[in-house]
Amino acid sequence: MSELFRPAAEWELQSMIARLAREKRGIEVVGHGALRNTGRVASSDVVLTTSGLKGVTLYEPTELVMSARSGTPVYEIESVLAARGQMLAFEPVDLGPTTGAPGGALSIGGVFATNFSGSRRISVGSARDNLLGVRAVNGRGELFKSGGRVMKNVAGLDVARGLTGSWGTLAVMTEVTFKVAPLPQTMQTLAFVGLPDDLAIEALSVAMATPLEVSGAVHLPKNCAERLKVAKLKHVGQSLTLLRLETFSTSIDERKEKLKAALKVYGNPIELDPEETFSLWSEFRTLSVMPFSTDTSLWRISTLPTKAPEIVAAIQKFMDAVAFYDWSGALVWLEVPAAADAGAADVRRAVAVRGGHATLIRAEPEIRSTVDVFEPLKPEIERLTRGIKSAFDPNGLLNRGRMYADF
Amino acid sequence: MPHIELPEPDVGVLRRLPILIEGLKSRVGQDLLIVDEDGRRAYETDAFTSYRRVPMLVVLPRTTEEVSKILKYCHENDVKVIPRGAGTSLCGGSLPTEDAIVLCISKMNRVIEIDYANRLARLEAGITNLQITAQVAAEGFFYAPDPSSQLACTLAGNLAMNSGGAHCLKYGVTTHNILGVKMVLIDGTVVEIGGSALERNGYDLLSLVIGSEGQLGVITEATVKLVPSPEGARPMMIGFRSPEAAGSCVSAIIAAGIIPVAIEYMDHAAIEVCEAFAGAGYPLDVEALLIVEVEGSESEIGILLGRIAEIAARFDPKTVQISADADQSARIWAGRKAAFGAIGRISDYLCMDGTIPLAQLPHALTRISQICAEYGLKVANIFHAGDGNLHPLILYDANSPEEANNAEMAGEAILKLCVELGGCLTGEHGVGIEKRELMTTQFSATDLTVQMRIKTVFDPTWRLNPAKVFPLAFSDVMRAGNAASTPEAA
Ligand SMILES: Cc1cc2nc3c(=O)[nH]c(=O)nc-3n(C[C@H](O)[C@H](O)[C@H](O)COP(=O)(O)OP(=O)(O)OC[C@H]3O[C@@H](n4cnc5c(N)ncnc54)[C@H](O)[C@@H]3O)c2cc1C
Ligand SMILES: Cc1cc2nc3c(=O)[nH]c(=O)nc-3n(C[C@H](O)[C@H](O)[C@H](O)COP(=O)(O)OP(=O)(O)OC[C@H]3O[C@@H](n4cnc5c(N)ncnc54)[C@H](O)[C@@H]3O)c2cc1C
Repeated sequence: MSELFRPAAEWELQSMIARLAREKRGIEVVGHGALRNTGRVASSDVVLTTSGLKGVTLYEPTELVMSARSGTPVYEIESVLAARGQMLAFEPVDLGPTTGAPGGALSIGGVFATNFSGSRRISVGSARDNLLGVRAVNGRGELFKSGGRVMKNVAGLDVARGLTGSWGTLAVMTEVTFKVAPLPQTMQTLAFVGLPDDLAIEALSVAMATPLEVSGAVHLPKNCAERLKVAKLKHVGQSLTLLRLETFSTSIDERKEKLKAALKVYGNPIELDPEETFSLWSEFRTLSVMPFSTDTSLWRISTLPTKAPEIVAAIQKFMDAVAFYDWSGALVWLEVPAAADAGAADVRRAVAVRGGHATLIRAEPEIRSTVDVFEPLKPEIERLTRGIKSAFDPNGLLNRGRMYADF
Repeated sequence: MPHIELPEPDVGVLRRLPILIEGLKSRVGQDLLIVDEDGRRAYETDAFTSYRRVPMLVVLPRTTEEVSKILKYCHENDVKVIPRGAGTSLCGGSLPTEDAIVLCISKMNRVIEIDYANRLARLEAGITNLQITAQVAAEGFFYAPDPSSQLACTLAGNLAMNSGGAHCLKYGVTTHNILGVKMVLIDGTVVEIGGSALERNGYDLLSLVIGSEGQLGVITEATVKLVPSPEGARPMMIGFRSPEAAGSCVSAIIAAGIIPVAIEYMDHAAIEVCEAFAGAGYPLDVEALLIVEVEGSESEIGILLGRIAEIAARFDPKTVQISADADQSARIWAGRKAAFGAIGRISDYLCMDGTIPLAQLPHALTRISQICAEYGLKVANIFHAGDGNLHPLILYDANSPEEANNAEMAGEAILKLCVELGGCLTGEHGVGIEKRELMTTQFSATDLTVQMRIKTVFDPTWRLNPAKVFPLAFSDVMRAGNAASTPEAA
């Protein structure tokens, strides 16, 4: 086990990284380490965790803004928000359970570093869209800030959002400031039964084109729908196409009727009340329909909704795959049988010809060290990516190999 | 106006001009070039009109390939390039220098693809903001960011400035509504950043490009999200006896869990001028006016406006007026939308653009009046209250150099105040030359160095829109073409 650094304050974190940078020692950055067994297997001399940097530093409910130290657990943030009737609108997903790590351990810094967002992303944007500002230390040991705490800010380059999705390879965030949202007063779900994938995606698109502010649009083919736990849907035995409405109480029935009318041709949906709706979408937050297993690998594919069923069908020609379509089809979680390359060649080919990109989320460490976990970059984008990496971390110390094999 | 410094033109480049013209002609043809002085003069300034410089040449490409050829040529010949859309920048973002080429993409305004099933459109970036919505409105969609300049400004300018508008409280600003761009780097390389999928692959380079004020590359195409049009929308007006009451009311609305699509604020001075101009029916006996708009079905609108009226009642409003019909709604917005023009009829003005945390609103308004009074000037305040984006309009007489100078000084003091209160230097107009030297009030030397290194990755010799955004003293080495010696922060 490598040496562990656990700074308790921002200045301490900065001085540690500055020293490690002088000594040119590779640093593995972790939040609570909930996902150390996913992603590429990084090589490092020391581990630096933000788990000692905790606490909400600013919360203005009437301005819908919060700041927190990066190691603050997400559940802590969500409970502070809930007490004031608010939430993280982008509905962070906890991948711990599906990747064999403990659930409930996400850090808020890890959330923004990986830019992961749940089902509500289609109506409120991603984690990145909700980020307002960061304080961070780069691989040179320099502390810098970007963005701020106000919603509108165009002073200088948007470095804060630029850090989202960089997996701790550019800088270690010490504090993040983000938008929060009011909790919806009530919610309901419509579940259409038995639609084939392409027709289901069409139905979701029709729903998303209405002004009814659908806040979740998911399709589960039959073999995936069977894994649901919610009583009302558990034994349906057919594919399920799910639409969530969240609004104020006096309006929900009106919206539901309008949505049913708009989707008449797709059949008569099963209706879920607020409690059932809450349980159902909580299942998606832990991806319980894609449970941890060493017999399968898990892919995450980002594409155009209309292309998603084609991609899944193309992959299914080569292997048994179970799909879960989120974001009205723009995001596909795909479980494939474990194989030497986790099916990478076929998955990437199927995606490449139809547009989009695929990330390997779950596979044995040996596979994740040999197969590209993230979609390989086009040469000119790779050139810029390497340039950005070396602007922030010229010696390649932070999370070396976490995203790409050689940097 | 005197005090913003513009770099001296490079006489070496000017001497080479005839050769450069020939070189460009042979690569993209004569018809794309504007060489004559009258033609070039049309590009000497943007909407920040107090500064002007006639560029040495203007090019109006029609395709990405032509943009690529032009940039490659400029790169090889060490010529500065100022990207330009419609020139409505309010911070001097597209202001040229005499030794630079203006590359204006306003001719690139085609719709490439509209994909309703996936709710996106791919467009050439010279299309105007309003044209995008016009193309898709019949199918029940719109493009959400709505800067007040939307009739004229281009998608490219919006991307470069990360523009927002009255409705961004609900729909976000440009960066929330873009999936990808096609951009040409200074060496002529064409890159696709982002794409049409919702999630990006690898580093979020798109976030760096949006709002980069023409510093990283020339954007030629973009893929935008299409948003379903709401069933209906209706505003209400609430007049208050004090700015404090109006500010508290905004907070109370949001605390109640209601997020209107827009909350616009006007102070007494602004109300008077706008009413005189537009006859919108604004109350003249109030100190602050809120225009609050909500969306939804008829019944939802009724419920929401009713609840907002109840909340407002707690702050002892003088008037509460819910729009009864489309006509009245249009009139209410006409006053607000004409505000800048209306004020322009009675006085020259400097339009500031800072953002503050909402809780600081009453304090900020008091200080703004004090600051302007210290300089012997009047001020009218109009702003997007939902997100604390202030637009103090400092009134002055442009024929008096002294007043002009005072207005600039007062403006500077106001922006510093915004930063002090926890806000920022610019909410939507950008930094350009206007706020370039003020960047040090918001950012440390390291913060700025981090940003400048990113510029250097994209534009190693600093030929794209140099002398904007970053304080001159910080960027002089890089602008001299010595990116290799980029200063390291202490
Ligand atoms: C390849 C891959 C793809 C994923 N995709 C998704 C997804 O699509 N949706 C989803 O819901 N979840 C996704 N996850 C899981 C998500 O990353 C984790 O749920 C979350 O980051 C766990 O938080 P943590 O702090 O415990 O994580 P850790 O495992 O400790 O850290 C996660 C990553 O964030 C970095 N990091 C942590 N803290 C900081 C910080 N303060 N500053 C900078 N970097 C930091 C780490 O270096 C590491 O790269 C994915 C994970 C992997 C490996
Ligand atoms: C009356 C009025 C009202 C306004 N209201 C608003 C408002 O409500 N909200 C708001 O946000 N702004 C507003 N603005 C400011 C301005 O309209 C916006 O900044 C707009 O986005 C500029 O677009 P443009 O096409 O005119 O760009 P230009 O002024 O031509 O250029 C602006 C910047 O973009 C860069 N640029 C232009 N084209 C490209 C390209 N192809 N690639 C890379 N960089 C490029 C330029 O170099 C420059 O830095 C207003 C302006 C006016 C005059």
